[in-house]
Amino acid sequence: MAETFTVNVAQDNGIWIFETHGYINNLAGEAISEKYREAFDQGGRQFLFDLEDSKIINSVGVSILIEILEEIVERNGTMAFCHCVPIVKKTFNIMGITQYASIYETRSEALAAMREN
Amino acid sequence: MDGERNREVELTIPMLQDMELAASRVAEALAEVLKFDEEKRAEVSMALLEACINSFEHSKSEDRKVYITFQTAPDELKITLRDHGVGFQRESIDPPKIEEKLRPGVRKRGWGLKLMESLMDSVAIDSDEYGTTIVMVKKK
Repeated sequence: MAETFTVNVAQDNGIWIFETHGYINNLAGEAISEKYREAFDQGGRQFLFDLEDSKIINSVGVSILIEILEEIVERNGTMAFCHCVPIVKKTFNIMGITQYASIYETRSEALAAMREN
Repeated sequence: MDGERNREVELTIPMLQDMELAASRVAEALAEVLKFDEEKRAEVSMALLEACINSFEHSKSEDRKVYITFQTAPDELKITLRDHGVGFQRESIDPPKIEEKLRPGVRKRGWGLKLMESLMDSVAIDSDEYGTTIVMVKKK
């Protein structure tokens, strides 16, 4: 039904960037979690999720992002998002995620803000 | 298709991975016919995704199907979603809070109803041991 979900991971001066492609459902959440674990184990503490190509999400997928957020908050790390479509921003607001993770319009804006942290 | 006339569309989806997307696409198409703005179309679509997923995950229905009726009026879209599952008690479900969800060992899920109620103008739930009916309305 949905196109295959993929997540590409890159690093920019200690900030781990997760670029997602496709519907963020339970399976996508698990795929993100797996990549996050690898990055965390390599010492990553700042994580940016670029959702430009993920215009549909569901709360099960986002719940897995909350699992990730729990660990990041506990380790004094940073989680941020960029390129979110309005319904994704609204969903994050309703769920309260924006109290703990910032949302930026663009990747460059996010990276600049995260470097200052 | 004339958006000013009342119309009814029925859709039955199996409880299979990602089938909620089929329902949300119908909702979005009907919302477009009604000339809902992009934000409201996305809200309807998201609320219906969540309603379907709740049914998939919690209904324990034997036929593993969700029955959806979309009814359009000039200024609103009404979506009725039914399953033949075991039902649930709305009052037994506490609203989720992020500060609690972020505590170690706390289950992170359970956001569906909150999202549906936040994104739609009204959500009514009728549930018993023979199944659940959810009626959601979004006004233009």
